[in-house]
Amino acid sequence: MNTIAATEQEIVEEFEMFDQWDDKYQYIIDMGKTLKSLDESLKTDDRIIKGCQSKVWLHSYVKDGKVFFEADSDAIITKGIVALMIRVLSGHDADEIVKAPLNFIEQIGLKSHLSPTRANGLAAMVKQMKLDALALGATLKS
Amino acid sequence: MEAGVKSLFDVQKLRAEFPILSVTVHGKPLVYFDNGATTQKPRAVINSLVEYYTACNANIHRGVHSLSQEASAAYEQARESVAEFIGASSAQEIVFTRGTTESINLVAHSFLSPRLREGDTVVITGMEHHSNILPWQVLCEKFRAQLNVVQVLDDGTLDLKHLNSLLEQRPKMLAITHVSNTLGTINPIEAIVRMAKACDVPVLVDGAQAVPHMQINVRALDCDFYVFSGHKMYGPTGIGVLYAKGDLLNEMTPYQTGGGIIKTVAFDHTEYVNGALKFEAGTPNIEGAIGLGAAIKFVTEVGMEAISQHEMKLHTYARTLLKSIDGIRFIGEANDNAGVISFVVEGTHPFDIGTILDQQGIAVRTGHHCTQPLMERFNVPGTVRVSFGVYNTIEEVDVLIAALKKAIKMLK
Repeated sequence: MNTIAATEQEIVEEFEMFDQWDDKYQYIIDMGKTLKSLDESLKTDDRIIKGCQSKVWLHSYVKDGKVFFEADSDAIITKGIVALMIRVLSGHDADEIVKAPLNFIEQIGLKSHLSPTRANGLAAMVKQMKLDALALGATLKS
Repeated sequence: MEAGVKSLFDVQKLRAEFPILSVTVHGKPLVYFDNGATTQKPRAVINSLVEYYTACNANIHRGVHSLSQEASAAYEQARESVAEFIGASSAQEIVFTRGTTESINLVAHSFLSPRLREGDTVVITGMEHHSNILPWQVLCEKFRAQLNVVQVLDDGTLDLKHLNSLLEQRPKMLAITHVSNTLGTINPIEAIVRMAKACDVPVLVDGAQAVPHMQINVRALDCDFYVFSGHKMYGPTGIGVLYAKGDLLNEMTPYQTGGGIIKTVAFDHTEYVNGALKFEAGTPNIEGAIGLGAAIKFVTEVGMEAISQHEMKLHTYARTLLKSIDGIRFIGEANDNAGVISFVVEGTHPFDIGTILDQQGIAVRTGHHCTQPLMERFNVPGTVRVSFGVYNTIEEVDVLIAALKKAIKMLK
C-alpha cells in the first residue's frame, strides 16, 4: 500500500490531466458516484458532521492495527471529495493520519471546498478524521 | 432577447452604474442572481460613502463646529428620505438600526417584552426568516408564552383561515414577513393587517424582501412596525430601518443605552430624549444612513414601478424556461411573487447545483435560506434560489438556463 504522501502525489498527477474545470468536476462527481454508500444503519446522528448545506457521515474503525474510514454525503461533489480523503487516509497508522499535511487539496485547486465557510461539512470532516485517528490510535496503544 | 420583452429603462446603461458587474468569476462574466441575500451597489451609493469621509466626516448631534453640523444634517436628511420613501407621517417615526435583525430585536425587547405575560400568545408564520422567529421564540420561552405559527399551504401562500383563528385568541403581537425570502410569495399584507387590527393585535411587518421590489406605504398599510435593511436595496451593509407608527417610540424604553439618547444624566436618574434618537445610543452608522439615502434616491429615480415590472418580466421568462427542465420542482407557486424562484431538481442536491453554477460565473443561493422550518414543511434539504435585481437581464437568464442544464447533465 502507498504511503499517504505517495497517494497525495498520485492524485495531484491525475488532476494535472484536466485543463478544463468541467473535466475536473466531472471526475469528482464520478468519484462521488462510485464511492460505496454508507450502510443506512451507520448513518446515525453521532456519525453526522453537519455543514450548513450538505451533510457528511463518517464511520471510523480499526482493523489489523490500522485506522479505516467509510463516509457518505447527501451532496455528490462533497461525496467525491470525501472519496479522495478516504483514498488518501484510510488504512494507515493512526500517527500517520494525524500528521498528514493533506496539501494535495490545495494543489488540485479544491482548497475553497475545505474552507470552514464553505458550509459543506468537509473541513469539519477532515478534522474529525484526524481526531478519530488520534482516539483510535490511543486505544491501540493502551 | 426574446421578442416582446422590452425593458422600461436602459438596462445596459444602468448596469454601467454598478462597477462590480464587470468582474469575472472563474474567468467568466459574473451573473449575479443572489439579490435576495444582498444587492450590488451603484456608483452613487459608493460615492456617497467616499464623499462623506472625504469632505464631511464628524460625529453628529454634538458638535457646534461646521463639519459636525453638516454631518448631522446629512444624517437627518437621510432619515427624512426614508420617511418619505415608505410614506411615514414623520421622520420621527424612523429609527436607524444595523439592519432588519436589529430592528426586530428592538421591537421584541422594547415593545413586546414589557407587555408579555405567562399564557399570552404571539403569532408568526411558517415562512419567516430565522430573524423573525428567534427574537419572539426567546421572549416566549422567557415569559412562558405560546408562539403560534400560521401554516403555509402547498402553493407557498399562507393559510389565512388559520391566521384568523390565531388572531382571535388576541395575541400580544403578530410578526409577519411581507415577502418570503425563500419563496418570493408576496403576502396580502394590507388584508392581514386589517384582520389583525380587527382583533386589536399590534403588527410588525418584515419588509426586508419587499422594499427593494415594490412601493411601500406604511400609512396606507397601517401596520405598527415596518422593518427593512439597506443592503438588500442597493444601499450599504450595516444600516437598517425600524418604522414605528405615531407615538409608539415614545411609549417604548431603549434596549441599548449610552451616549446621544439623553436629556440629563445623574447617577440616580436619567431622562431620555423623545422619539427616534432614544434608540440610537452611541455613535451611529452615519455613512450607512447617508449611503441608504443615496440608494433611495437611486431606486426612486429608476422608479419602483419600473423596477417591479422589469423584475416581473425576468421572473416570468425564467420560470417559463425552467419549467421545461426535466425533474424540476418549484418550491412556492404563489401568483404574487417578488422576483424569487426557488427550486430543486430531482436527483440532485442544491449544493451541487450551486457549485457547478458558480464555476460558470453564476451566483445563486443554495441551502435553507435561514428558513429551516419552511424547508421541513416542503420536505427538502434546501433549494436553489434565483432572486432578481434591477440590473439583471434576459440574456443572463439564458446563461443561467444553459448553465443549469450543463450542471444537471454533469450531476445526473
